[in-house]
Amino acid sequence: MAGAKEIRTKIASIKSTQKITSAMEMVAASKMRKAQDRMESTRPYAEKMRQVIGHVALANPEYKHPFMHARPVKRIGLVIVSSDRGLCGGLNNNLFRRLVREIRSLRDAGTEVEYCTIGTKALGFFRRVGGKVAAQATHLGDAPRVDDLVGTVKVMLDAYMEGEIDEIRIAYNKFVNTMTQQPSIEQLVPLAAGEDAEQLTHHWDYIYEPGAKEVLSGLLTRYIESLVYQSVVENSACEQSARMVAMKSATDNAGELIDELQLIYNKARQAAITQEISEIVGGAAAVSK
Amino acid sequence: MAMTIHVDIVSAEGNLYSGQGEMIYAPAVMGEIGIAPRHAPLVTQLKPGEVRVDPGGGKPQEHFYVSGGMIEVQPFKVTILADTGVRAADLDEAAAQDAKRRAEDALANNAADIDLAKAQVELAEAAAQLRAIERLRKTR
Repeated sequence: MAGAKEIRTKIASIKSTQKITSAMEMVAASKMRKAQDRMESTRPYAEKMRQVIGHVALANPEYKHPFMHARPVKRIGLVIVSSDRGLCGGLNNNLFRRLVREIRSLRDAGTEVEYCTIGTKALGFFRRVGGKVAAQATHLGDAPRVDDLVGTVKVMLDAYMEGEIDEIRIAYNKFVNTMTQQPSIEQLVPLAAGEDAEQLTHHWDYIYEPGAKEVLSGLLTRYIESLVYQSVVENSACEQSARMVAMKSATDNAGELIDELQLIYNKARQAAITQEISEIVGGAAAVSK
Repeated sequence: MAMTIHVDIVSAEGNLYSGQGEMIYAPAVMGEIGIAPRHAPLVTQLKPGEVRVDPGGGKPQEHFYVSGGMIEVQPFKVTILADTGVRAADLDEAAAQDAKRRAEDALANNAADIDLAKAQVELAEAAAQLRAIERLRKTR
């Protein structure tokens, strides 16, 4: 029974791994539900904000904020939203692959790119491959807060206002459903104006306090922050669901491995017993002769 | 029945309140404002303080603390976009400096530009690993 003991230890070790992966799967499932709820609860703010900005843009056409004004693009700021932790399948890698493709085509067009990373995985990626990272935020946890993102977003917006960059895009994983996450890159600034379907029939203007400029820049900054926040929340829902799927398949794999090893163990045990019996029988036959 | 105005109070992290009110009080930057139905259209910033909604009919007032934000008033609708934390120009600036410094600390000796070839090799390796795992599962 030489191999039997080793096989038994192997089975035990796989079983304990399986316990961990199945626990992680369950944790990810419950966190995913919470992240999805959070995703839902960010929507009203962005919607209301969009409405108000739409109204202001309609009511006050003579003042144009720089965020709503497109200019020739020479440098682009890219905000990259990634997860803080690994063990979530190809989630971050898929995003980075999409990103590298985008950066390549931008570079071919002669556009420079600078980055702003959210989450440790993106930071680690740029640390390994190089690139100008202007700002970063990590360890946002399972319940990210808007306040944690304010500084990072402001660095990019300031760079835009000062003309260092001419466009800001955001790269994150879009939550399609539990099984599918879509790496996507969207434009943040300048805002695509006039997309609001709601049209006010009569013309009127707001009273602005203290002034149109302050009010509008306050609104737009918050709007962009809320868009970034939404992406972060969506990415965290993606992370949890990707982890859930990855851990489920790991648990299944471990189960299959255990079954296989159990079979091998049983065979080895049976072989050892058979050998022992034949030895005894052989010994007895030799004695009785 | 008295005239009412619809109030929505939302923050980036969730919905706080939605309902009808006879009178709304909010801490605007230029001083506290009271809004009754048919108020003139107004957009202004809020400073940290208390938003009160008087639902009318002798019911008790609803109180909300906001740490700043924006308010949009239309004749029959008030939208309050509340901030989740205290915002001030210098605080925001400090946060921005902090984010910058973090990036500089983390990437002290980083190359100035992204090495695309290196990035692609790394990603290809990771993708190959995942594919191998996938194949292993199917063949078994």
